[in-house]
Amino acid sequence: MEFLPTLWFVIVAVLWIGYLFLEGFDLGVGMHMLFSAKDEKQKRVMLNAIGPVWDGNEVWLITAGGAMFAAFPFWYASLFSALYIPLVVVLLGLIFRAVAIEYRGKGHTARWRRGWDLALGLGSLVSAFGIGAALALTTTGLPLDANGDRVGGAWAWFTGYAVLGGLAVVGFSLVHGAVFLALKTEGEVRHRARRFVKVALPIGLLPIAGWVLAIQFDTGSAVTWAMTAVAVLAAVVAWFANARGREGWAFMMLGGFILLGAAAIFTAVFPVVLPSTIDSAFDLTVTNASSSDYTLGVMSIVALFGVPLVLAYQGWTYWVFRKRVSPLHIPEAHPVVPAVRQ
Amino acid sequence: MDAIDPLLIARWQFGITTVYHFWMVPLTLGLGPVVAFMQMRWHRTGDDRWYRMTKFWGKLYLINFIMGVATGLVQEFQFGLAWSEYSRFVGDVFGAPLAMEALLAFFIESTFLGLWIFGWGRLPKRIHVACLWIAVAGSIVSAYFIIVANSWMQHPVGVELIDGRPVMVDIWALLGNNTAIAAFTHTIFGALAVGGGFMLGIAWYQLWQRRRDGIDTVDVEGRVIVGEAPEILGRDRADHRVWLSSLRIGAVVAMVAFAGVAVTGDLQAKLMFEQQPLKMAAAEGACHSGTSFSVLSVGNLGSTDCDDVTAIVEIHGALSFLAHGDFTTEIRGINELIPEYQRLYGTHLPDNPLYGERAGQEINYLPIMEVTYWGFRLMIGFGAIAAFAAAVALWLTRKGTVPRSKPLMQLAVLGIAAPFAANSAGWIFTEMGRQPFVVAPNPSGVDGVFMFTAAAVSPGVSFSEMLFSLVALTLVYGVLMVFELKLLIRYVRGGIASALPEMARRDDDDDRPDGRASDDDVLAFAY
Repeated sequence: MEFLPTLWFVIVAVLWIGYLFLEGFDLGVGMHMLFSAKDEKQKRVMLNAIGPVWDGNEVWLITAGGAMFAAFPFWYASLFSALYIPLVVVLLGLIFRAVAIEYRGKGHTARWRRGWDLALGLGSLVSAFGIGAALALTTTGLPLDANGDRVGGAWAWFTGYAVLGGLAVVGFSLVHGAVFLALKTEGEVRHRARRFVKVALPIGLLPIAGWVLAIQFDTGSAVTWAMTAVAVLAAVVAWFANARGREGWAFMMLGGFILLGAAAIFTAVFPVVLPSTIDSAFDLTVTNASSSDYTLGVMSIVALFGVPLVLAYQGWTYWVFRKRVSPLHIPEAHPVVPAVRQ
Repeated sequence: MDAIDPLLIARWQFGITTVYHFWMVPLTLGLGPVVAFMQMRWHRTGDDRWYRMTKFWGKLYLINFIMGVATGLVQEFQFGLAWSEYSRFVGDVFGAPLAMEALLAFFIESTFLGLWIFGWGRLPKRIHVACLWIAVAGSIVSAYFIIVANSWMQHPVGVELIDGRPVMVDIWALLGNNTAIAAFTHTIFGALAVGGGFMLGIAWYQLWQRRRDGIDTVDVEGRVIVGEAPEILGRDRADHRVWLSSLRIGAVVAMVAFAGVAVTGDLQAKLMFEQQPLKMAAAEGACHSGTSFSVLSVGNLGSTDCDDVTAIVEIHGALSFLAHGDFTTEIRGINELIPEYQRLYGTHLPDNPLYGERAGQEINYLPIMEVTYWGFRLMIGFGAIAAFAAAVALWLTRKGTVPRSKPLMQLAVLGIAAPFAANSAGWIFTEMGRQPFVVAPNPSGVDGVFMFTAAAVSPGVSFSEMLFSLVALTLVYGVLMVFELKLLIRYVRGGIASALPEMARRDDDDDRPDGRASDDDVLAFAY
């Protein structure tokens, strides 16, 4: 087992877990925009709860992709090209979502807002589903040939695992988003979010639990089983904390759940990063998919300096915006009229 | 079976998504530092004019910024999606600057911009403006890293060839690549030209609007007499100064940017004559070796043997001056360069399964000459027009306002497009001029470190998948362009009041029970 490729596997895993943890609630809030708000003010409360942080959270995805490219170019190339259609759809979803967040408040007709709400909600939904499918498939395998290219056509990736992974991230995001809203807002949005978590947490986390367990039964070890058990425990605690109105605890425990659950998956599949379902000789592993030691060394120094810095200033952002968003903070809409003499 | 080669679709897709992305990016890069400068002036002087400018230009900056972010996602992913063979070949060296860009630039940019948007009134003033400066610095650093990556494709350095793949051996060679330094500075100045032209055109429109509405008039000597229109939100006396300052700042930025673009462009051209002589020869339509710069050439620029191209106007010695700084050194023409390329890199694509049906085909080393020739000239032409227009604008507004002429106003607004066009033309020229290589060979580098575009595309991705993404992305980009323009126009027409909700509430801002006026304005500025 080589040190640098292993270290980079850990870094890539950390980036993906960071992404699921942070963007998980952004995507969830995006989906909740479709059905959880009773009026315009509540929608804006929800949107402004993620407002200052969502863009920084999304960079975790870009960095995870970039780190895969730099450290495991063969993994990056095979996974992304094999999942061509779902990832293009993810990109379209993320594009619509980002633009919707920025643009919905800048128009003042009901149609304009309804349109962008749809873009935001559906964009979040398909992105979460597609990313979940991609992550599940990189742990369960794709029909890859010796060169690492997908065989079997454009839809060869569409399997039960893809659906399971997609539902896993959608379900988790819905729950996580509600837990976040309960923590970060005041008034009716907060209370409705708490009620949602009470009902939805046990159901919403089922697919992700199914994915974790499938991997554990396949390649789990004592360590990863222990992680899985603690993850499940954290989810149970999160439910109780939410029921008792301890929103901070609920958020941290659900965070612990995704952290340990995803870590259990990544640890169990190691050292394979992308199995081939055609022949295990074609599996991509941390060693045969990785960059040279020099490149990994350079990137390690960059990461050693960069990652703590990112954590520090992103942490500071959460501190600056620690106040709950209340409907009282939401100003009336401000129509823009041409500054001309009629 | 496939109607069209997936390679062609993949190339169109890359071209469309990248040119589109690079309409948002230069505006972000060019406008960001100016907005930060305005806010700093406001803090220093306390002058309300700077506050208004910060808010107004900041609003437009954000409307545009998000589109850059959204379309940037595609850039990061599409190497793996459509160019998997390229990703495998260059991953060891090309992925590193991309990952550095994400880790060292994108995080900073997005996090600190969030702090700036939502930090009004919540962060101490100095820290608040520092957040914007840091975000702007993040954008600039991101431009540097992505150009380091691109420049490695133009001029691969810092690698050795191991098992047929380039492997990085010297990161500093990559980061200090002379191609990257020249292209980076050129790009930043090009972006400032966009920002300057944007401000100039919009400020002109606003000043013209004030004159049309009879708010500002001129005396017999043509000097402005500033007035006000109390019934129109924001049209007070200070409003005039806002737009006049914006116009002048825009014009000065545009002119300084053009000077910078000229110097760095010259530097870049000199490098390209060495590093990719065929690209430059194609940019000149220079079939035969010589010293003349073509001002206008006609004929079939697309022909491969060059016999039809006739230079109508040329300047003797100018080409040598561009390339070497003297008037006599002969520049090798296309007819001389192609045999040399064939000798060095082969006459036919290798019989390798990677090339699919393209294996064994003859290689055409000449980039599409209409594109290189006109791309080069349009880049310079649009850039020069924009700089000239900025100088004229300064002269015409020397007495404090713009002329009443409507066509002149329309021209100023239309002029916003010129630096954008120059940027696009420049990129299309340099990227298509690199063909048929995706990684161009370095004449003084390691042998064998180059890659034909034909080998770079994803072998497993079918024609219909590529077509789906090309159509979907193009449609979505088209629709979003409509929305971005719609919003920009709406906020431009609204003037300062569109970015300052507190203006509308000036008389009745005591009606909040909890006195949270500042939070109000923060979120009105945001979502």
